[in-house]
Amino acid sequence: MNTSYRIIPCYTGDVSGVCSALFELGGMVVIHDPSGCNSTYNTHDETRWYDHDSLIFISGLAEIDAVFGNDDKLIDDTVDAAKNLHPKFITLVNSPIPFLNGTDFEAICRVIESRTGIPTFYIPTNGMHDYVPGAGMALAEIARRFVTAPQAKKANTVNLLGVTPLDFAAEGSADALRRAVEQAGLSVNACWAMGDTLETLAHSGEAAVNLVVSALGLPAAKVLRERFGTPYVIGVPLGGFSGTVLTALRNTMETGENQFPLMERAGSDTSGIFAIGEPVTMGSVLAALNLPGTVLCPLEGCEDLTGGNVIPVVGEEEAETALQDAKVVIADPLYRPIIPNGVKMIELPHEAFSGRCFRKSMKNLFTLDYNALRKEASL
Amino acid sequence: MLKRLGPTARIAAEAGDPLFPQKLEFNPPVHENWNIVHIAMQIPEVHQIYVCGVNCMRGVVLTAAEMSASDRFSFVLLREEDVVDGTVWEATRDGIADVLRKLPKLPPCVVVFPVCTHHFMGVDMDSIYRSLESEFPSVTFVPAWMDPIMQKHGLPPDQRLRKVMYDPLQPCEAKEKTVTLLGSEFALEPDSDIRRLLASGGYTLRELQDCKSYDDFLRLAEGGTFLVTFPGGKLGISQTAKRLNRPCYYLPVSFDYTCIAESLHTLSDALGIPPLDAAEEQRLCDAALEHTRSIIGNTPIAIDSLFHPRPLELAKLLLIHGFRVTEVYLDAVDEAEQPALSWLKEHAPDLELRSIILPEQRVADRKRPEKTLAIGPKAAWFTSTPYFVNVVQAGGLWGYAGIRSLCDKMIDAFQNEKDTRDIVPRKGLGCVSCI
Repeated sequence: MNTSYRIIPCYTGDVSGVCSALFELGGMVVIHDPSGCNSTYNTHDETRWYDHDSLIFISGLAEIDAVFGNDDKLIDDTVDAAKNLHPKFITLVNSPIPFLNGTDFEAICRVIESRTGIPTFYIPTNGMHDYVPGAGMALAEIARRFVTAPQAKKANTVNLLGVTPLDFAAEGSADALRRAVEQAGLSVNACWAMGDTLETLAHSGEAAVNLVVSALGLPAAKVLRERFGTPYVIGVPLGGFSGTVLTALRNTMETGENQFPLMERAGSDTSGIFAIGEPVTMGSVLAALNLPGTVLCPLEGCEDLTGGNVIPVVGEEEAETALQDAKVVIADPLYRPIIPNGVKMIELPHEAFSGRCFRKSMKNLFTLDYNALRKEASL
Repeated sequence: MLKRLGPTARIAAEAGDPLFPQKLEFNPPVHENWNIVHIAMQIPEVHQIYVCGVNCMRGVVLTAAEMSASDRFSFVLLREEDVVDGTVWEATRDGIADVLRKLPKLPPCVVVFPVCTHHFMGVDMDSIYRSLESEFPSVTFVPAWMDPIMQKHGLPPDQRLRKVMYDPLQPCEAKEKTVTLLGSEFALEPDSDIRRLLASGGYTLRELQDCKSYDDFLRLAEGGTFLVTFPGGKLGISQTAKRLNRPCYYLPVSFDYTCIAESLHTLSDALGIPPLDAAEEQRLCDAALEHTRSIIGNTPIAIDSLFHPRPLELAKLLLIHGFRVTEVYLDAVDEAEQPALSWLKEHAPDLELRSIILPEQRVADRKRPEKTLAIGPKAAWFTSTPYFVNVVQAGGLWGYAGIRSLCDKMIDAFQNEKDTRDIVPRKGLGCVSCI
């Protein structure tokens, strides 16, 4: 059964994905949940919780309110907190029980917005999907609601889409990504969503091109394409793959055509080299290593990113089967129990999988010595 | 009419009931409490299986991973289609069976945790257990829950777990001069009053923390008398003792001399052991407190309810002995603490009672103008101090010796900085932590 897991963990959930995406934007996120969602998120999925104040709360939903449909408590408590804390926006996030009883979040948002005057919107999670759709929907909603029409495009400017600690947890990752782009003579217009404010993101329509560095950024890229015609490139400028990505950015600025350089590497693969995880980052890691290989994608919401050498897998059992003939596996260390004995493993801790278990040894993908990594794996 | 100081703090003089309103909830980055995963892992050789959506699963599966116990933890993910199509029963039953078939060896005992969704979908968990018991007759299934939606108007999941986890204990002949103490995640400290009293009467004390094997665990039933000291274990252990036909005594963790004396008398009377010399014990406590105060002086002290279920009793004890307690972090006042609250209202009206979870606490000022001693990790975070007593859920502190041990810990905390940022986010104080 692909829903039963003997020993490996699951990925970050959709609720945490929303929180991570919106963490730095000055809003207030309210998870309509009895308990646990916020603790899970801030313990295992959020590197910034200890040092940075971000307004993320649970509603503390009680059985009696769920059974009798008492939405007033959620509304009153949210309005009360908003009046004290003055967020730039309010986001409501769903969890299994309000999903089950059909809570009308859209209506609740309208009531809260009318009572507070603060933009209020709903991200339709339900706690039963992973972080990719959750964060993706959240960033897309920011793109829909807050990005203003530009007076003009700014030449050679780039938005970075899909940057959260869930995929880029190592300290300095977001800055290193900026530097990688800027060293190529391009200017970063906005980083979605680490290191920039909501006000900065609101000017994202001015960028000449969007760079999607994880699956989380793709829905926002599509919205920005639709609203402002901004083309996008999918890929992470890592190691020797940087040149390819940066060239694609320049080409895209000229042609207006979206590009997915990783797909140029696609094709059926028999190398026995596997990378497991978020498909844009892990595909880029394989490219940076200049290795053939297959990316196993255990995440949802990645339909546009699979195909060729990117294969979706659902659950522990499928992943274990796919790895039966592996020679090398590049993955989070918590995958080790399902990797056959004797298979060489390159460990790349992934926050969205192992949480903080390996946070102290988290590798910055942008400063990693990919040649050394190849040697380490005897490749 | 209560004068409100604001949503996050009330001075003791004006504390009402409830102390704070139930609003949105903030979760501070302090995770040293034991959750249901930690608690159930205490049963040797047990395997835990959770059945829920991915977002709920994440917290528990990584709890197990952080305590390097992933090999004793499995799960079944509930999908949206299971809920929409009404196949939660099948997903649960078949998923658990599938996990068990995949394990290298069947465990003697499996603790199963369904969730809120199972309640709301009306899933017949009893029939699932019957079916599993039929397929896996060598396995004892323990029916636990991870259903926090029920906890506002009922017992939280951890308290119910402290009952069902002892369901495998079976009625048996009591072993002579053996006492079983359960319901706390921490063994009593070596010189605890209870240990000394039992030893003086030739009694052996058994605790869950002594068990090395599942058979050891089952032998906990042999205690002729059951004790429970932690309030979160009171209901579960008293029900277990009743089922096993054993007398059970609740000897609460406390900082109140009278309460401690009463508990020791109860135990002495029940077992026919001469009591400890309460006056001498209290004199030793007073001396230890005076010595501690001479070192700590007028340093402000903040206390939290994660440190101990009776933070107000501790505030009272310290204030009586001349300490400068300035803040207590808690969200509710237990019935057992009402006398202490009454005393504080009269004698320490300016003491601030601060919420832990109200949303405004996310942006509360955590800087203090002077060196602060915190007793408890949440108080340490809220006051940004490296000087703190790192104990949760009363630890192994009990009675007079517990007060003296706390004095030692306060002096040590006052004199030696700790790395608060590294320590307090770790889950389950005392458990293995890989982070």
